[in-house]
Amino acid sequence: MAQTDKRPTPEDLLEEANRERRGKLKIFLGAYPGVGKTYAMLQAAQAHLAEGMDIAVGVVETHGLAETEALVRGLEIIPRQQIFYRGRYFGEMDIDAVLKRRPKVALVDELAHTNIPGSRHEKRYQDVEELLATGIDVYATLNIQHIESLNDVVARIARIQVRETLPDKILEIASEIELIDLPPDDLVQRLRQGKVYLPEQAGRAISHFFSKGNLTALRELAMRIAAERVDAQMVHYMRAHAIPGPWPAQDRLLVCINESPVAKRLVRTARRMAERQRIPWIAVYVRTPHYESLPEAAKDRIADAMRLAERLEGEVVTIHVESRVADEIIAYAHKRNVTRLLVGRQRPRRWTGWLRETVAQQLLRKATRFELTIVSPEDEDARKDVIAGGVFASRGDWNTYLLAAAGVGLAVAMAYAVSFFLPRPNIALVFMTAVIVIAIYLGRGPSIFSSILSFVAYNLFFTKPYYSFSSFRRDDLLTIFFFLLVSVIVGNLAARLKMQVQAMRQSAQRTANLYEFSRKIAAAAALEDVLWAAVHHVASTLQSSSLVLLPQKDNRLEIASGYPPEDQLALKDWGAAEWAWEHGSPAGWKSDTLPAADWLFLPMRTRRGMVGLLGVSFKDRQRPLAPDQWRLLEALVDQVAVAVERTNLVSDIEEARLLTETEQLRSALLSSVSHDLRTPLVSIMGSATTLGTVENLTESSRKELVATILEESERLNRFVQNLLDMTRLGYGALQPKREWYDLREVTGRAMKQFSQGLENRQVSFDIPGSLPLIHIDPVLMEQVFINILDNAIKYTSQGGQIAIEASRNGGEMTLRVSDDGVGIPVEARDAVFDIFYRVRAKDARIAGTGLGLSICKGIVEAHGGRIAAQDSPFGAGITIEIALPLGQAPSMPERDAQDQLSEEVSVA
Amino acid sequence: MSAPQRILVVDDEPQIRKFLRISLSANGYEVVEAPAGEAGIAECAVAQPNLVILDLGLPDLDGHQVIARIREWSDVPIIVLSVRSNDSDKVQALDNGANDYVVKPFSIEELLARVRAALRARLQGVSPAAEMVVGELVVDVPRHKVSVAGQDVKLTRKEFELLKMLTQNAGRIVTHRQMLREVWGPAHVEDVHYLRIYVGHLRQKLGDDPANPQFIESEPGVGYRLILDAA
Repeated sequence: MAQTDKRPTPEDLLEEANRERRGKLKIFLGAYPGVGKTYAMLQAAQAHLAEGMDIAVGVVETHGLAETEALVRGLEIIPRQQIFYRGRYFGEMDIDAVLKRRPKVALVDELAHTNIPGSRHEKRYQDVEELLATGIDVYATLNIQHIESLNDVVARIARIQVRETLPDKILEIASEIELIDLPPDDLVQRLRQGKVYLPEQAGRAISHFFSKGNLTALRELAMRIAAERVDAQMVHYMRAHAIPGPWPAQDRLLVCINESPVAKRLVRTARRMAERQRIPWIAVYVRTPHYESLPEAAKDRIADAMRLAERLEGEVVTIHVESRVADEIIAYAHKRNVTRLLVGRQRPRRWTGWLRETVAQQLLRKATRFELTIVSPEDEDARKDVIAGGVFASRGDWNTYLLAAAGVGLAVAMAYAVSFFLPRPNIALVFMTAVIVIAIYLGRGPSIFSSILSFVAYNLFFTKPYYSFSSFRRDDLLTIFFFLLVSVIVGNLAARLKMQVQAMRQSAQRTANLYEFSRKIAAAAALEDVLWAAVHHVASTLQSSSLVLLPQKDNRLEIASGYPPEDQLALKDWGAAEWAWEHGSPAGWKSDTLPAADWLFLPMRTRRGMVGLLGVSFKDRQRPLAPDQWRLLEALVDQVAVAVERTNLVSDIEEARLLTETEQLRSALLSSVSHDLRTPLVSIMGSATTLGTVENLTESSRKELVATILEESERLNRFVQNLLDMTRLGYGALQPKREWYDLREVTGRAMKQFSQGLENRQVSFDIPGSLPLIHIDPVLMEQVFINILDNAIKYTSQGGQIAIEASRNGGEMTLRVSDDGVGIPVEARDAVFDIFYRVRAKDARIAGTGLGLSICKGIVEAHGGRIAAQDSPFGAGITIEIALPLGQAPSMPERDAQDQLSEEVSVA
Repeated sequence: MSAPQRILVVDDEPQIRKFLRISLSANGYEVVEAPAGEAGIAECAVAQPNLVILDLGLPDLDGHQVIARIREWSDVPIIVLSVRSNDSDKVQALDNGANDYVVKPFSIEELLARVRAALRARLQGVSPAAEMVVGELVVDVPRHKVSVAGQDVKLTRKEFELLKMLTQNAGRIVTHRQMLREVWGPAHVEDVHYLRIYVGHLRQKLGDDPANPQFIESEPGVGYRLILDAA
């Protein structure tokens, strides 16, 4: 076997040469939608465009998002091909047009997309491969859930089934992978701002999908993939440039496939393990003559698993053997220099289980020179034999009788041996023993059979004349009678005992089952999680599909959760469901009503009434449910009902609590607002009445009073404006109307409002004219500055310092307003932007409701920016820092560049 | 001027009409009042004022309709009283034929400045001025010369056109659309961004600080105004 090579092999060099000629693929990889992959790709494209690179858009989906559409502007878009399919036109990337145009870089969005039938290739990644082959570089976007080897992992995490998958080799041929990361909290904020495209069919899967736990898990997965890629690239680089190791010696992985349903998972696991170690791997199916007798479904499973292994870049091998599967595997592994074995755990066969080991067990025992990994199937696959199918599965009755006969045969032998030591009557005891044993282990029937047989044998072998049936004494008859009696009694007893033991075991099992279910449900807090645990548990316990239907606000039934995830029901099933709901009794498959349906629906009820329906559907719809299964099902239904009710109650309590809290806040706010509205009026009315009534006012007093009236009126005006803005922010009606503005204008106008206050402060103003124009709503932004300046003045004393400055930081404009006043304690710096902060804090020091900063936050965030309170450079006081994104200003047309300086016309 | 200028005040709030009457009279104007839209239009026809001050929020007719109807038979200058947050209202009023606006609540000085600016255009007639002087700014139209405090300023052709337009309407609002149409043509009335850039250059050349403008004032969402201190 090849050792760790120091020289690049000819294959490596050839690959390198090929790499040079092919186009380079750069993938923008994201953990979940909304992370901004298309945006990032377009940004990179714009940057390259500015540098003069030849870039064209092959296909980009903006989904109507304004920010993304803005970035497409200026890029050359190669028109899509319109394909007519099922009555509509669909636009797909026009490969030929791109090939003809031959840009240096082509932008292709959504690499995992499946093309409309009628396109050249089935999948978009195949289109991309064609482009790469002709030397065109491609930038593409991709979500990790579309990667083949991660498909089942993502399905488990996100609880959605992703059908469009992409072979992993795409990641390998990519020369660069850029992970576009966005923390889950930021994603949720973007969701709220409407910046994320959600497909209409997303439905209820969305609420779980965008839960924090799910997003974090997906994000971790994406990071791991990216890290693995970085590693792989490093290794490739090292090998291509003959840098000696330290990569591991040539290990090899062998995964053994059989007909079990877990085969595909095994293959994916093998792939991941091999990838992680960067070793080659082989998928082997050991074919015995038993193969021919497998059902079609099993044969299909094997073929599927092998095809999957091939797609995932494993070597696929079938070896034919007669028997002794484990030994053959080991031999093959030796031959191929395999170092690691991967096999699935199998349950031992029911009957011969105690005679024969499974392949896995054999390997465990024999394959001592290998690293052996045994993958357990998930609970649902393993539980096949536990509950389903009923208790007394039809045993091969003939087997028991045969065994009984064998037992009697054994007894004869024993009796013969004993006959040398005991008198003849006692020999009967041997047969008695045999009969009893047979009664206990094999049941009543065989024991009766064996007692008859025993009598015959006894007569045949142990009575004179030996070996004949002749003598038939009276005491022999009595013996027979007692044999029979004994076998019947003991047989009955044993059978009943058996049944009781069986029943108890079952009931213990059921209890354990229910206990486990309770535990799972108790841990789940949200209704969604409870339902998911419920359907999962029902499905795995009963070996069926299950779903839960809950009534919605308009009393319509809706599928709330299902395992496997299911969104649709056939019409007849809906009919059964609705009937069950209306009448409060079971309907559907194998019930009294609508038995032709595929699903059986059971109403879930609690003392408060019906909370919903639990539906189950079995693959084998011919076989009826055993009674114990019915009981289990009913118990489960009750449990799920209780769990659902519990979550409903919890959310009711939460609502009530919120309501109370809202009420309290509202009344506090009202009193605070009323105070803020009235206070200026006090001064106004006071000053005005003084002016009107007092006789000998000096001129300066008069002027002062008039000035007071004016100032307080303006203060009142600002407060009213804040209230209006707050109301609009509150119900999301705040949509900035943006224009390109000079920041100095906006700040200047705001400062004009405070001419009096600013006069008594030391103000420094540093906004350079070289800063670009910024895309803002000037009226709203003016309000932001007014509020910030208002605070700065309010919290500083006469002669205090206020500094206003702005600068550019990459793609953002940063504005800072600093003062040297009272400041904000560090622990309150986030809370201070909360609308109710001051109200809650009952801060009596400075009057006011404190709406200002929360309005600032609302407006700044509506512009896609950030606001924060930080340490002031003056030592004391606070700095309010606002960061706003700088967009790309639309460019001027060339015509205007010819605008000349006007010339002087000589004066006559 | 010989006879005092007559101003028609159309507003449904009696308090507002009262203080306007007092202050306008104190400044030498003759004041006529109307409490609603229809009455305002009628009074306009009867009294033939030199200027109309019109509140947009009238009980019987929409302010914009009043403007439109007056404009059917008169081009008397109209100054509109508008609410702050609604740019589109102001722009619509200006498009419908109003000449200027004042945002409520306002100071009387602001209103008086607008009144004076609106009346000045009337008095000066329509003939294009040869040389316009606004404070320290001198614009010589035929010679395409501009100077600030005696210093010459070199402007491009478009910048000059913009400044000329603003100066001709000194003290009055000129909307973005009007400026774009005049200087770039009807095809470009939406390209406010060009305007921003050009006005930015213009301000720079004139030595006008955008945070504290002396010459060109910007009205967000509406247009620009050349600052006219006193008539």
